[in-house]
Amino acid sequence: MLELRHIDFHVPDKDGGINKIIDDLSLKLDTGKFTVITGPNGGGKSTLAKLIMGIEKPTAGRIYLDGQDITDLSIAERAKLGIGYGFQQPPRFKGLTVRRLLSLAHGSELPVDECCTYLTNVGLCSADYLNREVDTSLSGGEVKRIEIATLMARNLRLAIYDEPEAGIDLWSFTMLIKSFRSISQNRHESTIIISHQERIMQLADDIIVLADGKIKEMGPKDDIFPKLISQVNSGCSFRSGKEGAKNG
Amino acid sequence: MAEMNKIDSALLEAVADLHKVPEGAYNIRKNGQFFGRASNANIQIESKTDKPGINITVQPGTKNESLHIPVILTESGLHDVVYNDFYIGEDADVLIVAGCGIHNCGDQTSQHDGIHTFHIGRGARVRYVEKHYGDGDGKGGRVLNPKTVVTMEEGSYCEMEMIQIRGVDSTLRDTEATVGAGAKLIMTERLMTHGEQFAESNMTITLDGKDAVTQVISRSIGKDDSRQVFHPCVIGNAPCRAHVQCDSIIMDRAQISSVPEIRANDSEAQLVHEAAIGKINGDQITKLMTFGMDEEEAEKIIVEGFLH
Repeated sequence: MLELRHIDFHVPDKDGGINKIIDDLSLKLDTGKFTVITGPNGGGKSTLAKLIMGIEKPTAGRIYLDGQDITDLSIAERAKLGIGYGFQQPPRFKGLTVRRLLSLAHGSELPVDECCTYLTNVGLCSADYLNREVDTSLSGGEVKRIEIATLMARNLRLAIYDEPEAGIDLWSFTMLIKSFRSISQNRHESTIIISHQERIMQLADDIIVLADGKIKEMGPKDDIFPKLISQVNSGCSFRSGKEGAKNG
Repeated sequence: MAEMNKIDSALLEAVADLHKVPEGAYNIRKNGQFFGRASNANIQIESKTDKPGINITVQPGTKNESLHIPVILTESGLHDVVYNDFYIGEDADVLIVAGCGIHNCGDQTSQHDGIHTFHIGRGARVRYVEKHYGDGDGKGGRVLNPKTVVTMEEGSYCEMEMIQIRGVDSTLRDTEATVGAGAKLIMTERLMTHGEQFAESNMTITLDGKDAVTQVISRSIGKDDSRQVFHPCVIGNAPCRAHVQCDSIIMDRAQISSVPEIRANDSEAQLVHEAAIGKINGDQITKLMTFGMDEEEAEKIIVEGFLH
C-alpha cells in the first residue's frame, strides 16, 4: 500500500509569495489497484508522481510504501524497492540502443525474445528497433512507447506512468489501450496512470481528480467517471468561468 | 617474433584487442624497431628502404582477410616516426587494425607520429580501426600525432574508426581524403580527454567524383581541464553528398571548439553539417536513477553509450 500523509510541495513564486503546487495532500492506495490520476493542467499531477518517485522532495509530510517510510530515500533506493516512473517527456540517449536501455531498466542483459515481447506490447516492431539508438532519429511517439516498455521490462511494486498517451498517434493509442491494463497487471503489483484520456480512465479501478494541488474527488471509477463526463457535458468550463476538470 | 612481456601484452590488447599473435598478416613495431611480422599469399608487408615504415600490398580480389599493425612504445623519451603505405588492390575486402599504445614510466616525453597513406583501388572495401592508448605513471608526456592520407578510386568503400579514450596527453591528428566517383568514405572519431590533455583533429575530405559520398561522425567527451579542437572540412567538387556531425559532451572545466566546414564547388553538391556541445542532460541522469543507479553509475553509462 502507498500512503501519503499531509504532503506539501511549496515553492517560492516570483512575487515573493508561495506557490502551493501540492497542498496538504493525503491519500492511501491499496496494493493491486489500477489508479488513474486526472485533473486540469497545472493541477500538480506530475509533481505528485515525482514526489512518489523521489525526483522531488516534499516540503512537508511523509510517504510510506507498505508501511516503510520512504520520504528520505533517494530515487535509486526507491527504484530498488520496486517503484518505477515513466516520464511524460522521456530523455533521449545518444549511443544507447533500445536493447541496452531495456536491459538497463531490467537490471541485467535481456534476451532478444524478451525485448521483442516488450516492444511488441507497445506496438513497435522489435526487429526494426532493437539496435536503434534512443536518439533524435526516433519520433516523439516512438520514444514514448520505448519509455513505456522500460517500465514493462521491470517487475514493479508500483509503476507510475505520466501521460503515456501523450505524443502517441490515435491509431496506435487504441492498440496500446487494449492491452495496457492486462500487461501492466501482469508486470506490476500496483499501477498509477496520470491521464486525461477517457479511455484510460475506463480501465481504472479508482480515479483521483487533482486540482490546485489538492484531491478534488477520489473513489471507484463507477462513481467518479460519470461525474467527470457530466461536468464536461454541462458546458465548457472555460466560457462559463467555472472551476472544474477542464480536460476531463 | 621476440618475447612479449606483460606491458607489451597489455598495450597490444588495449590498442588492437590482441591477446596473442594475430591470425592473418601482421606487423608489430616496438620502440621504433621491428618486433614481429607475417605476410601471406594475399597481403605482403615489406620494410621501406628510404625511411622508417612499411609498404603493405593487398592483392586484388582478396576477400575476408585481416591485417594487424600495432605500434607500442615502452621506452621513455623516444620519438618514433613511421611511414606506412597501404596499396589495396581492386575489389579486395580487408580489415586493418592499427593503433598505438604508449607506456611511459619515465620523465621524458614519448612520441609516435604515424603517417599512413592509403591507395584504395576500384571497388575495394576497407575497414580501418585505429586505437590510441596511453598509461604508465611517469611524468613524461605521451604524445601521438597521426597523419592519414586516403585516396579512393571509383566505387570503393572505406570505413575509418579512430578511437582515443584515455591516457594520451597530446594529439594533433591530420586527415586528408580524396573520394572518387561512386566511392563512399565513413569517418568515425571517438575521443575522450581528461586531466590537462589536449587533442586537435583537422580533417579535409574532397569529394571529387560523381556520387561520391562521405559521412563524418565525431563524438567526444571533454573532462577536467582538457581541451579539444575539431575542424572537419568537406569540399564538394562534383554532384556528391556529405554529412558532418560533431557531438561533444562537456564536463568540469574542459574547453571544446567544434568548427565543421562545408565547401561546395558544384551546384549538385549536397553538403550538411551539424555540431553540438552540451553537458549531460539532468533528465538522462534522473531517468537512469529511476532504474536504481546512483548518479555516478548513471553518468558512466551515458558516457560509455555516447562513445560506443
